[in-house]
Amino acid sequence: MSTLLERLKKNIHFEEGMNSCMNCGVCTAICPAAEFYDYDPRRLVDAVQRENEESIRELLRSEQIWYCGECMSCKTRCPRGNTPGLVVMALRQLSQEEGCFTESEKGRQQYALKRVIAHNILERGYCITPDLVKPEMHPEQGPVWEWVYAHMDELYERMHANLKQAGPGVLRQIDDDSMQELHRIFEVTGGMEYMERIEQCSVKKAEELGTTPEEYFISVYTENNGRHGN
Amino acid sequence: MELTGKERIWQEYQKEIAGDNYFYARSCIRQTFFPGSEWAYLDILRNKLDKRVTEDPKHTTCTGIGYHTDVVPAETTMTVVARHFALMTEAGCENITPSCITSFGLYTEILDTWEHHPEIEEKIREFLWKATKREFKKPANLAHTSDIIYKFRNEIAALAPHRLRDVHTGRPLRGVDHIGCHYAKMFPAKGIGGAEFPAVLSGLIQAWGGESVDYPERRHCCGFGFRNYLVMANRGFSVANSKKKFESMQAYEPDFIVANCPGCAMFLDKWQYTLSEMEGVTYGQHGFGIPVFTYEELTALVLGYDPWEIGLQMHQVAVEPFLDKIGIAYDPEAKYLNSRGESMGRPACPTYMKVIK
Repeated sequence: MSTLLERLKKNIHFEEGMNSCMNCGVCTAICPAAEFYDYDPRRLVDAVQRENEESIRELLRSEQIWYCGECMSCKTRCPRGNTPGLVVMALRQLSQEEGCFTESEKGRQQYALKRVIAHNILERGYCITPDLVKPEMHPEQGPVWEWVYAHMDELYERMHANLKQAGPGVLRQIDDDSMQELHRIFEVTGGMEYMERIEQCSVKKAEELGTTPEEYFISVYTENNGRHGN
Repeated sequence: MELTGKERIWQEYQKEIAGDNYFYARSCIRQTFFPGSEWAYLDILRNKLDKRVTEDPKHTTCTGIGYHTDVVPAETTMTVVARHFALMTEAGCENITPSCITSFGLYTEILDTWEHHPEIEEKIREFLWKATKREFKKPANLAHTSDIIYKFRNEIAALAPHRLRDVHTGRPLRGVDHIGCHYAKMFPAKGIGGAEFPAVLSGLIQAWGGESVDYPERRHCCGFGFRNYLVMANRGFSVANSKKKFESMQAYEPDFIVANCPGCAMFLDKWQYTLSEMEGVTYGQHGFGIPVFTYEELTALVLGYDPWEIGLQMHQVAVEPFLDKIGIAYDPEAKYLNSRGESMGRPACPTYMKVIK
């Protein structure tokens, strides 16, 4: 059985993102997440660099690894060529493989992301489509989007789109053969298995909490305990 | 001619951009929020600049949002992108031009990874063959679609009936550029001006007669942060980052914002509404917000396209004050009509932010 560190070191994101950190804190200074969350990428990278197995497991169960927005501003600035954002991606993968992500509020949100984004990719061939941006789930989109949503077919037609139709163009329906190819790619590369792991761990957590998967989805999508800010 | 001094240094911040024969990769976010922009881009390239652009309806998402929300593993994403390269190869193209900044960043990252790790490229080729029986050549040239507009900015200026000037005073309009993080922060050499001196959009503003605004938070993220917007509980992060930018740029009284990332353009437009509802603040002049354009919309406007034909009625922040300044004629009644000239009703008015009724 490999140690967590050994598995991290095999991750391409970790290999590309982790050289040697001198703890200067430039990444924290530039980080949009560190500005608004109780988050410090410098400390996170330092914790990994110490190669302490227990500390790494603690990180996998923590809120800390879920604040980063993956903007990768840290890559531009690090004087040692590290990318804390890539280290975070490696830690998130390991957290999900180990089932640790359900131990933190921000980690549990992976269930909502899997249900929404992964579902759309595999059902539509797009990460996002207009019908997915439901006004009741996106009040911040405002009254113009409500109007767009209510008049979707005729408005996208006006915009020269090919909404849900065969052939080329904006928001066309992806043909069956291409969708099958997409599914086979997810199968042979381990993408399906990876998402199934997120699903299984989340359903198990929902059972532990005595809720249905649907109730669990709504709670992880909407709940914020208010203890994440700095 | 041998370049010296600043000209030589600036040369290091340029990138090679193919001059014709592009394979176009559409964007999930741009199609959703700015469908008219993709139409306008293709129309401009094909019918104004006389360029050959190929697209293939078999092209799917790159999975970029799934990758950056950590629900799709790297090998899966790489193989989906390898399929895009296969479609490009099969179309007889070698220059790929993604519309999305997330896709552009992802394509760049994948090509860089394969350069460092040929064994990964080999593995992905095997995955692609096993899944689809397709093979591919790597693109000879990768450019974001805003790079293409930048390359032809002077040709566009020569064709344009409008300049970025206030027709009433002659004042150059002040434009704030917003470059998507994944355009050049990950691989500065792949962006015009790198991460430090972003020129891909300010170059357009200047070439078309406007004034580019440099302000303290110019390079700050719009706040999308993938999971930080897509999960409702996290959206405070997203709006807080945009607010930081608005407050920083407000002192410079910008006439407009232009973005090359479709997500950034959407957030900078919609968060102005959200902030006005939350705090009663507006950041533009006379109670309006600051209008936000995609680079395609800005290009189409200077070229004389009808604002409602390119989708400006889908913006939350009113665009009419900008159109009036630049001297673009528009039919207010046509704004909310469908293709058959029938009314689609009108959006409700925000509480605080002014709109044209």
